[in-house]
Amino acid sequence: MALNNLDTLYRQVIMDHYKNPRNRGSLEKESVTVDMNNPTCGDRIQLQLDVQDGIVKDAKFQGEGCSISMASASMMTQAIKGMEVEEALHMSEDFSKMMLGEEIDSEEMGDIEALQGVSKFPARIKCATLAWKAMEKGVHNE
Amino acid sequence: MGVKSIDVKAIKEQFPILQQEVNGHPLVYLDSSATSQKPIQVIEAVSDYYKYNNSNVHRGVHTLGSRATDQYEGAREKVREFINATSTKEIIFTRGTTAALNLVASSYAKENVGPEDEIVITPMEHHSNLIPWQQVAKATGARLVYLPLQEDGTISLEDVKNTVNEKTKIVAVAHVSNVLGTINPIKEITEIAHQHNAIMVVDGAQGAPHMKVDVQAINCDFYAFSGHKMCAPTGIGVLYGKQELLENMEPIEFGGEMIDFVNLYDSTWKELPWKFEGGTPIIAGAIGLAAAIDFLHEIGQDEILAYETELAAYALEQMQTIDGIQIYGPKKRAGLVTFNLDDVHPHDTATVLDAEGIAVRAGHHCAQPLMKWLDVTATARASFYLYNTKEDIDLLVAGLLKTKEYFGNGFE
Repeated sequence: MALNNLDTLYRQVIMDHYKNPRNRGSLEKESVTVDMNNPTCGDRIQLQLDVQDGIVKDAKFQGEGCSISMASASMMTQAIKGMEVEEALHMSEDFSKMMLGEEIDSEEMGDIEALQGVSKFPARIKCATLAWKAMEKGVHNE
Repeated sequence: MGVKSIDVKAIKEQFPILQQEVNGHPLVYLDSSATSQKPIQVIEAVSDYYKYNNSNVHRGVHTLGSRATDQYEGAREKVREFINATSTKEIIFTRGTTAALNLVASSYAKENVGPEDEIVITPMEHHSNLIPWQQVAKATGARLVYLPLQEDGTISLEDVKNTVNEKTKIVAVAHVSNVLGTINPIKEITEIAHQHNAIMVVDGAQGAPHMKVDVQAINCDFYAFSGHKMCAPTGIGVLYGKQELLENMEPIEFGGEMIDFVNLYDSTWKELPWKFEGGTPIIAGAIGLAAAIDFLHEIGQDEILAYETELAAYALEQMQTIDGIQIYGPKKRAGLVTFNLDDVHPHDTATVLDAEGIAVRAGHHCAQPLMKWLDVTATARASFYLYNTKEDIDLLVAGLLKTKEYFGNGFE
């Protein structure tokens, strides 16, 4: 595999979210906070969700990790804002399928589809799913 | 007695796994601190055992049973000689370093440590020489005390003298740090521990594979190491312990193989070392370990250490030429370099290097308190063994320059 094959992993849009993360920070008014880490590699995320009447009103994250984990958190928070909890969970399910290399409706995923290349790098799948796992835990605790 | 140079090319040819391409490039394996590769001699010793001699040990009247027992106990004698223990009674086979250290913590420590006592460790310990002591402290009420680290990641003997006192019951220190490469003065620390009647436990996982260990000269009370980091299979390790201490320790696993007499409500244990080896032991692993020891002896442990020291010095010198690289640990070190590139997360570094066929470790290296001390969440690590070459290091440096270029350009 030559270096340019890495471009399937590190797509432009991913690097953009990594270098200019959306929704990074903390919520003033929050309904739930989830801390999650990836014990094998040290990536960690704190996700805050403001969920009202079954709708994700706002989401912010803080944390440290590689480009894939941080870009995924940025994209996830952007995507789920305004969604019903059920929709967000459904999207998370689709995201897991995408990581397994399964076919999904990529139009619904928007920017997130750029992370599809991660499925070809098994060692990095856990990086991509960290923020989603935190979101799932958050809405279940809520 | 001079140290002869080693023929790396001939050594490398004995490792079948190193003859492959990964992602279109010849494999450059720089993760031997995690686990070493295995030479053909070791692979064949294990395979021959299963092909010709496989049987349970210490019980068969039949021929295969005797062969397996002879090989298994022969491996114990080989390990005894390898670390210069006084007797094979002092050599306990375990699953690895973690299991060995847990045996000391669960058996010796819980019997001999009380609420007023202290256990001294260092912030550079691998989790396997840290969490067992946390657990002992919680169970007994003892205090866990950390030796401070010098700025370069070494331990000062002055600090050891100021920390170890009459309350200290156990001092537990890595022989070599798996992150910093620091080679700790374990002989001197042992002396200080003994002045205060504390026992000395050495985590030798990164020591024994790379240098001659003489447990009598060090005079430590326990020394633990793993086979898989020294060319042997996974699942076999060793706990060396002084006989007088082991004699007074209770087993932590009970069942077959370790008993003398079993009555309805009470049992007695076999003598050393078998009382600590409940269940069918790790026979093939021990035989593989013996073959690995033969392999390392043939090359020469002093020769291996000299060569790795040279590789480490070369790697430090070459890697320091890269702009924006942070290198952690002291100048005088074992064969590993832990580092970070500015603005590139170590996972990303490791992924780009992997695309070039170069295997390095990225993460916290099972040393989270040390990551905190270094003020990083993760690092990348290149670690070397007797089959690595200066060309491998040149390829690593070239790979790191490409990583910088890849992450520095085109994404702004």
